[in-house]
Amino acid sequence: MVEDMINANELREKYLRDGMLPTIFCNGCGHGNSLDYVFWAIEELGIDMDDVALASGIGCSSRIPGYVSADGLHTTHGRAIAFATGIKAANPDLHVIVFTGDGDATGIGGNHFIHAARRNIDMTVILLNNFIYGMTGGQLAPTAPKGSIATTAPYGNIEHAFNISELTQALGAAYVARWPVFYPYQPIKSIKDALSTPGFGLVELMSPCPTAYGRRNKLGKIDALWTWYEDNTMLMEDYDRIMDYGTEEEIAAAKNKIKIGVFQHQERSGFFGEYDKMTTRLMEQDDAKWGV
Amino acid sequence: MIEVIKDWCKGCDICVRRCPVHALETSDELNKRGVYPPKLKEENECNYCRLCELLCPDFAITVVAEERKEESKSGLIIGGVANEV
Repeated sequence: MVEDMINANELREKYLRDGMLPTIFCNGCGHGNSLDYVFWAIEELGIDMDDVALASGIGCSSRIPGYVSADGLHTTHGRAIAFATGIKAANPDLHVIVFTGDGDATGIGGNHFIHAARRNIDMTVILLNNFIYGMTGGQLAPTAPKGSIATTAPYGNIEHAFNISELTQALGAAYVARWPVFYPYQPIKSIKDALSTPGFGLVELMSPCPTAYGRRNKLGKIDALWTWYEDNTMLMEDYDRIMDYGTEEEIAAAKNKIKIGVFQHQERSGFFGEYDKMTTRLMEQDDAKWGV
Repeated sequence: MIEVIKDWCKGCDICVRRCPVHALETSDELNKRGVYPPKLKEENECNYCRLCELLCPDFAITVVAEERKEESKSGLIIGGVANEV
Protein backbone atom coordinates (compact mmCIF):
# COMPACT_ATOMS: atom_id res chain seq x y z
CA MET A 1 0.00 0.00 0.00
CA VAL A 2 1.03 3.59 0.46
CA GLU A 3 3.87 2.77 2.85
CA ASP A 4 5.59 0.40 0.44
CA MET A 5 5.65 2.83 -2.46
CA ILE A 6 7.97 5.73 -2.94
CA ASN A 7 6.16 8.94 -2.08
CA ALA A 8 5.77 11.80 -4.48
CA ASN A 9 8.27 13.96 -2.62
CA GLU A 10 10.97 11.32 -2.98
CA LEU A 11 10.03 10.81 -6.63
CA ARG A 12 10.42 14.53 -7.25
CA GLU A 13 13.75 14.68 -5.50
CA LYS A 14 15.00 11.70 -7.44
CA TYR A 15 13.94 12.71 -10.95
CA LEU A 16 13.32 16.45 -11.16
CA ARG A 17 16.15 18.81 -11.86
CA ASP A 18 16.72 21.17 -8.93
CA GLY A 19 15.53 24.72 -9.25
CA MET A 20 13.58 24.26 -12.49
CA LEU A 21 10.11 24.00 -11.02
CA PRO A 22 7.42 25.34 -11.21
CA THR A 23 6.99 24.40 -14.85
CA ILE A 24 6.33 26.91 -17.59
CA PHE A 25 3.14 25.12 -18.59
CA CYS A 26 -0.14 26.99 -18.48
CA ASN A 27 -2.70 26.43 -15.82
CA GLY A 28 -4.64 23.25 -16.66
CA CYS A 29 -2.14 21.90 -19.18
CA GLY A 30 -1.66 18.14 -19.06
CA HIS A 31 2.03 18.08 -19.99
CA GLY A 32 3.13 17.99 -16.36
CA ASN A 33 1.05 14.87 -15.82
CA SER A 34 2.77 13.10 -18.68
CA LEU A 35 6.14 13.80 -17.14
CA ASP A 36 4.88 12.47 -13.83
CA TYR A 37 3.69 9.27 -15.53
CA VAL A 38 7.05 8.80 -17.19
CA PHE A 39 8.74 9.14 -13.79
CA TRP A 40 6.44 6.53 -12.30
CA ALA A 41 7.06 4.16 -15.20
CA ILE A 42 10.83 4.57 -14.88
CA GLU A 43 10.60 4.12 -11.12
CA GLU A 44 8.53 0.97 -11.41
CA LEU A 45 10.84 -0.53 -14.01
CA GLY A 46 13.85 0.39 -11.89
CA ILE A 47 15.74 2.04 -14.73
CA ASP A 48 18.81 4.04 -13.71
CA MET A 49 18.58 7.64 -14.90
CA ASP A 50 22.21 7.42 -16.07
CA ASP A 51 20.98 4.95 -18.69
CA VAL A 52 18.32 7.30 -19.97
CA ALA A 53 18.75 9.89 -22.70
CA LEU A 54 15.99 12.29 -23.59
CA ALA A 55 15.45 14.11 -26.84
CA SER A 56 12.94 16.76 -27.73
CA GLY A 57 12.22 19.24 -30.49
CA ILE A 58 10.55 22.60 -30.16
CA GLY A 59 7.27 23.36 -28.49
CA CYS A 60 5.64 23.22 -25.10
CA SER A 61 6.07 19.47 -24.78
CA SER A 62 9.69 19.74 -25.80
CA ARG A 63 10.49 21.79 -22.71
CA ILE A 64 10.01 18.66 -20.64
CA PRO A 65 13.57 17.21 -20.75
CA GLY A 66 14.72 20.43 -19.09
CA TYR A 67 12.91 19.39 -15.92
CA VAL A 68 14.41 15.93 -15.77
CA SER A 69 17.60 15.11 -14.00
CA ALA A 70 18.99 13.10 -16.92
CA ASP A 71 20.91 13.76 -20.10
CA GLY A 72 18.80 15.41 -22.75
CA LEU A 73 18.92 17.06 -26.13
CA HIS A 74 16.70 20.02 -26.93
CA THR A 75 16.95 20.02 -30.69
CA THR A 76 15.56 21.70 -33.77
CA HIS A 77 11.89 21.73 -34.62
CA GLY A 78 10.61 18.30 -35.64
CA ARG A 79 14.01 16.65 -35.60
CA ALA A 80 13.90 15.13 -32.14
CA ILE A 81 13.43 11.64 -33.53
CA ALA A 82 16.33 12.03 -35.95
CA PHE A 83 18.59 13.04 -33.05
CA ALA A 84 17.23 10.17 -30.96
CA THR A 85 18.11 7.74 -33.74
CA GLY A 86 21.64 9.11 -33.59
CA ILE A 87 21.82 8.61 -29.83
CA LYS A 88 20.64 5.04 -30.19
CA ALA A 89 23.12 4.36 -32.98
CA ALA A 90 25.99 5.72 -30.89
CA ASN A 91 25.06 3.94 -27.69
CA PRO A 92 22.53 1.13 -28.05
CA ASP A 93 22.48 0.52 -24.29
CA LEU A 94 20.65 3.75 -23.57
CA HIS A 95 16.93 3.99 -23.10
CA VAL A 96 16.05 6.78 -25.48
CA ILE A 97 12.88 8.68 -24.67
CA VAL A 98 11.61 11.35 -27.03
CA PHE A 99 9.22 13.99 -25.80
CA THR A 100 7.49 15.57 -28.70
CA GLY A 101 4.31 17.40 -29.53
CA ASP A 102 1.77 16.71 -32.23
CA GLY A 103 2.92 19.57 -34.41
CA ASP A 104 6.56 18.75 -33.79
CA ALA A 105 6.29 15.05 -34.61
CA THR A 106 3.65 14.90 -37.31
CA GLY A 107 3.60 18.40 -38.75
CA ILE A 108 7.17 19.62 -39.00
CA GLY A 109 8.94 16.31 -38.48
CA GLY A 110 6.43 13.98 -40.10
CA ASN A 111 8.92 12.12 -42.22
CA HIS A 112 11.40 11.55 -39.41
CA PHE A 113 8.56 10.17 -37.36
CA ILE A 114 7.12 7.78 -39.93
CA HIS A 115 10.49 6.45 -41.01
CA ALA A 116 11.65 5.86 -37.45
CA ALA A 117 8.44 3.92 -36.86
CA ARG A 118 8.84 2.01 -40.12
CA ARG A 119 12.44 1.06 -39.34
CA ASN A 120 11.29 0.12 -35.84
CA ILE A 121 14.16 1.92 -34.17
CA ASP A 122 14.37 1.14 -30.48
CA MET A 123 13.08 4.26 -28.75
CA THR A 124 10.07 5.39 -26.79
CA VAL A 125 8.19 8.37 -28.13
CA ILE A 126 5.91 10.20 -25.72
CA LEU A 127 3.79 12.23 -28.09
CA LEU A 128 1.77 14.89 -26.33
CA ASN A 129 -1.18 15.60 -28.56
CA ASN A 130 -2.96 18.82 -27.72
CA PHE A 131 -4.39 19.48 -31.22
CA ILE A 132 -2.54 22.78 -31.64
CA TYR A 133 0.83 24.50 -31.92
CA GLY A 134 0.52 25.91 -28.42
CA MET A 135 3.83 27.64 -27.82
CA THR A 136 3.91 29.65 -31.05
CA GLY A 137 0.44 31.07 -30.58
CA GLY A 138 -2.17 28.52 -31.57
CA GLN A 139 -1.58 27.73 -35.23
CA LEU A 140 -3.49 24.83 -36.71
CA ALA A 141 -1.82 21.47 -36.15
CA PRO A 142 -2.39 18.48 -38.45
CA THR A 143 -4.03 16.64 -35.59
CA ALA A 144 -6.74 19.25 -34.94
CA PRO A 145 -10.21 17.77 -35.36
CA LYS A 146 -12.22 18.99 -38.34
CA GLY A 147 -13.99 22.23 -37.56
CA SER A 148 -11.53 23.43 -34.90
CA ILE A 149 -10.78 27.12 -34.67
CA ALA A 150 -7.13 28.18 -34.65
CA THR A 151 -5.30 31.43 -35.37
CA THR A 152 -4.54 30.15 -38.88
CA ALA A 153 -8.03 28.66 -39.28
CA PRO A 154 -10.35 31.40 -37.98
CA TYR A 155 -13.36 30.02 -39.88
CA GLY A 156 -12.83 26.45 -38.77
CA ASN A 157 -10.51 23.70 -39.89
CA ILE A 158 -11.52 22.14 -43.21
CA GLU A 159 -8.85 19.44 -43.17
CA HIS A 160 -9.19 15.93 -41.86
CA ALA A 161 -7.21 15.20 -38.73
CA PHE A 162 -4.11 13.06 -38.58
CA ASN A 163 -4.69 9.84 -36.66
CA ILE A 164 -1.20 9.35 -35.31
CA SER A 165 -1.71 6.10 -33.44
CA GLU A 166 -3.38 4.34 -36.35
CA LEU A 167 -0.69 5.58 -38.71
CA THR A 168 2.03 4.23 -36.44
CA GLN A 169 0.16 0.97 -36.06
CA ALA A 170 0.06 0.63 -39.84
CA LEU A 171 3.79 1.30 -39.99
CA GLY A 172 4.36 -1.74 -37.83
CA ALA A 173 5.75 -0.14 -34.69
CA ALA A 174 6.34 -2.47 -31.76
CA TYR A 175 4.11 -0.65 -29.31
CA VAL A 176 1.35 1.89 -29.91
CA ALA A 177 -1.07 3.24 -27.33
CA ARG A 178 -3.17 6.33 -26.91
CA TRP A 179 -4.52 7.65 -23.62
CA PRO A 180 -5.85 10.94 -22.32
CA VAL A 181 -3.74 12.28 -19.46
CA PHE A 182 -6.49 12.21 -16.89
CA TYR A 183 -6.39 8.42 -16.54
CA PRO A 184 -3.17 7.98 -14.55
CA TYR A 185 -2.71 4.21 -14.41
CA GLN A 186 -3.21 3.24 -18.03
CA PRO A 187 -0.56 5.64 -19.39
CA ILE A 188 1.92 4.52 -16.72
CA LYS A 189 1.37 0.90 -17.73
CA SER A 190 1.67 1.82 -21.41
CA ILE A 191 4.89 3.78 -20.89
CA LYS A 192 6.30 0.83 -18.96
CA ASP A 193 5.37 -1.53 -21.78
CA ALA A 194 6.74 0.82 -24.42
CA LEU A 195 10.04 1.15 -22.53
CA SER A 196 10.42 -2.58 -22.03
CA THR A 197 9.35 -3.61 -25.55
CA PRO A 198 12.28 -3.57 -27.97
CA GLY A 199 11.51 -1.44 -30.98
CA PHE A 200 9.61 1.74 -31.65
CA GLY A 201 7.15 2.54 -28.87
CA LEU A 202 4.64 5.32 -29.25
CA VAL A 203 2.53 6.50 -26.36
CA GLU A 204 0.24 9.24 -27.56
CA LEU A 205 -1.01 11.18 -24.59
CA MET A 206 -3.92 13.52 -25.21
CA SER A 207 -3.10 16.55 -23.20
CA PRO A 208 -5.62 19.39 -22.88
CA CYS A 209 -4.48 22.85 -23.95
CA PRO A 210 -6.82 25.34 -22.26
CA THR A 211 -4.95 28.41 -23.49
CA ALA A 212 -4.54 27.91 -27.22
CA TYR A 213 -7.10 25.23 -28.06
CA GLY A 214 -9.80 25.14 -25.40
CA ARG A 215 -10.30 28.88 -25.17
CA ARG A 216 -10.60 29.47 -28.94
CA ASN A 217 -12.88 26.50 -29.44
CA LYS A 218 -15.13 27.54 -26.56
CA LEU A 219 -14.64 24.26 -24.76
CA GLY A 220 -14.85 26.00 -21.44
CA LYS A 221 -12.56 26.35 -18.48
CA ILE A 222 -10.09 23.76 -17.28
CA ASP A 223 -12.58 21.40 -15.72
CA ALA A 224 -14.97 21.57 -18.69
CA LEU A 225 -12.09 20.94 -21.09
CA TRP A 226 -10.92 17.90 -19.15
CA THR A 227 -14.51 16.63 -19.17
CA TRP A 228 -14.69 17.25 -22.93
CA TYR A 229 -11.85 14.80 -23.38
CA GLU A 230 -13.69 12.33 -21.21
CA ASP A 231 -16.89 12.67 -23.27
CA ASN A 232 -15.17 12.49 -26.65
CA THR A 233 -12.97 9.47 -26.15
CA MET A 234 -13.95 5.83 -26.07
CA LEU A 235 -12.07 2.71 -25.15
CA MET A 236 -11.09 0.83 -28.29
CA GLU A 237 -12.77 -2.41 -27.20
CA ASP A 238 -16.05 -0.58 -26.57
CA TYR A 239 -15.78 1.22 -29.88
CA ASP A 240 -15.24 -1.99 -31.83
CA ARG A 241 -18.07 -3.73 -30.01
CA ILE A 242 -20.47 -0.89 -30.75
CA MET A 243 -19.41 -0.84 -34.39
CA ASP A 244 -20.09 -4.57 -34.65
CA TYR A 245 -23.19 -5.06 -32.56
CA GLY A 246 -24.50 -1.60 -31.58
CA THR A 247 -27.80 -0.04 -32.58
CA GLU A 248 -27.83 2.74 -35.17
CA GLU A 249 -28.01 5.45 -32.52
CA GLU A 250 -25.09 3.96 -30.64
CA ILE A 251 -23.06 3.78 -33.82
CA ALA A 252 -23.91 7.37 -34.71
CA ALA A 253 -22.89 8.51 -31.22
CA ALA A 254 -19.65 6.54 -31.23
CA LYS A 255 -18.59 7.47 -34.74
CA ASN A 256 -17.06 10.83 -33.86
CA LYS A 257 -15.30 9.66 -30.73
CA ILE A 258 -11.58 9.25 -30.45
CA LYS A 259 -10.45 5.69 -29.84
CA ILE A 260 -8.18 5.17 -26.85
CA GLY A 261 -6.35 2.09 -25.73
CA VAL A 262 -3.44 -0.10 -26.77
CA PHE A 263 -3.37 -0.28 -30.55
CA GLN A 264 -0.46 -2.61 -31.04
CA HIS A 265 1.98 -4.63 -28.95
CA GLN A 266 4.18 -6.97 -30.94
CA GLU A 267 7.65 -8.34 -31.35
CA ARG A 268 9.30 -7.17 -34.54
CA SER A 269 12.93 -6.96 -35.57
CA GLY A 270 14.35 -3.46 -35.47
CA PHE A 271 16.81 -1.53 -37.62
CA PHE A 272 19.86 -1.86 -35.39
CA GLY A 273 19.29 -5.56 -34.75
CA GLU A 274 19.13 -6.23 -38.48
CA TYR A 275 22.17 -4.01 -39.05
CA ASP A 276 24.19 -6.02 -36.55
CA LYS A 277 23.11 -9.24 -38.22
CA MET A 278 24.12 -7.89 -41.62
CA THR A 279 27.57 -6.76 -40.49
CA THR A 280 28.20 -10.11 -38.80
CA ARG A 281 27.13 -11.96 -41.94
CA LEU A 282 29.35 -9.87 -44.18
CA MET A 283 32.35 -10.21 -41.85
CA GLU A 284 31.92 -13.97 -41.84
CA GLN A 285 31.72 -14.00 -45.63
CA ASP A 286 34.83 -11.86 -45.80
CA ASP A 287 36.69 -14.08 -43.37
CA ALA A 288 35.75 -17.16 -45.37
CA LYS A 289 36.93 -15.56 -48.58
CA TRP A 290 40.17 -13.96 -47.48
CA GLY A 291 40.99 -15.84 -44.33
CA VAL A 292 41.15 -14.32 -40.85
CA MET B 1 -2.84 13.96 4.95
CA ILE B 2 -1.57 15.85 1.94
CA GLU B 3 1.44 18.11 1.65
CA VAL B 4 1.20 20.90 -0.88
CA ILE B 5 4.13 22.85 -2.25
CA LYS B 6 2.11 26.03 -2.28
CA ASP B 7 4.18 28.10 -4.67
CA TRP B 8 4.17 25.41 -7.35
CA CYS B 9 0.36 25.32 -7.47
CA LYS B 10 -1.21 27.17 -10.40
CA GLY B 11 -4.75 26.88 -9.15
CA CYS B 12 -6.22 24.57 -11.79
CA ASP B 13 -8.41 22.89 -9.14
CA ILE B 14 -8.14 19.53 -10.90
CA CYS B 15 -7.35 17.86 -7.59
CA VAL B 16 -10.36 19.44 -5.91
CA ARG B 17 -12.79 18.53 -8.67
CA ARG B 18 -11.53 15.03 -9.35
CA CYS B 19 -11.08 13.75 -5.81
CA PRO B 20 -13.33 10.67 -5.66
CA VAL B 21 -14.35 11.35 -2.06
CA HIS B 22 -14.41 15.16 -2.28
CA ALA B 23 -11.84 15.46 0.47
CA LEU B 24 -10.12 18.60 -0.88
CA GLU B 25 -11.05 22.25 -0.99
CA THR B 26 -9.27 25.46 -1.95
CA SER B 27 -7.61 27.18 0.95
CA ASP B 28 -8.16 30.86 1.66
CA GLU B 29 -4.47 31.69 1.64
CA LEU B 30 -3.00 33.16 -1.54
CA ASN B 31 0.33 31.84 -2.77
CA LYS B 32 3.10 33.66 -4.60
CA ARG B 33 1.30 33.27 -7.94
CA GLY B 34 -1.92 34.72 -6.59
CA VAL B 35 -3.96 31.54 -6.57
CA TYR B 36 -5.48 29.48 -3.80
CA PRO B 37 -3.74 26.12 -3.38
CA PRO B 38 -5.78 23.12 -2.24
CA LYS B 39 -5.97 21.72 1.26
CA LEU B 40 -7.72 18.84 2.97
CA LYS B 41 -11.11 19.58 4.44
CA GLU B 42 -11.38 19.46 8.23
CA GLU B 43 -13.80 16.55 7.94
CA ASN B 44 -12.68 14.29 5.15
CA GLU B 45 -12.81 10.71 4.03
CA CYS B 46 -9.39 10.66 2.39
CA ASN B 47 -8.42 7.04 1.82
CA TYR B 48 -4.94 7.75 0.41
CA CYS B 49 -5.82 6.70 -3.11
CA ARG B 50 -3.18 9.20 -4.32
CA LEU B 51 -5.20 10.29 -7.34
CA CYS B 52 -4.63 13.97 -6.58
CA GLU B 53 -0.90 13.32 -6.45
CA LEU B 54 -0.95 11.67 -9.88
CA LEU B 55 -3.30 14.18 -11.45
CA CYS B 56 -1.50 17.29 -10.24
CA PRO B 57 0.22 18.66 -13.37
CA ASP B 58 2.62 20.71 -11.27
CA PHE B 59 4.06 18.09 -8.90
CA ALA B 60 2.70 20.10 -6.00
CA ILE B 61 0.85 17.43 -4.01
CA THR B 62 2.21 14.59 -1.91
CA VAL B 63 -0.08 12.18 -0.10
CA VAL B 64 1.38 11.04 3.19
CA ALA B 65 -0.06 8.09 5.03
CA GLU B 66 -1.12 8.98 8.53
CA GLU B 67 -0.62 7.04 11.73
CA ARG B 68 -1.98 3.52 12.18
CA LYS B 69 -4.62 4.88 14.57
CA GLU B 70 -6.27 6.82 11.76
CA GLU B 71 -6.25 3.82 9.43
CA SER B 72 -7.98 1.54 11.91
CA LYS B 73 -10.56 4.27 12.47
CA SER B 74 -11.39 4.43 8.79
CA GLY B 75 -11.46 0.61 8.73
CA LEU B 76 -14.15 0.66 11.39
CA ILE B 77 -16.22 3.12 9.39
CA ILE B 78 -16.01 0.90 6.31
CA GLY B 79 -17.03 -2.07 8.45
CA GLY B 80 -20.00 -0.12 9.79
CA VAL B 81 -21.20 0.71 6.31
CA ALA B 82 -20.83 -2.89 5.24
CA ASN B 83 -22.97 -4.03 8.20
CA GLU B 84 -25.70 -1.59 7.35
CA VAL B 85 -25.82 -2.78 3.76
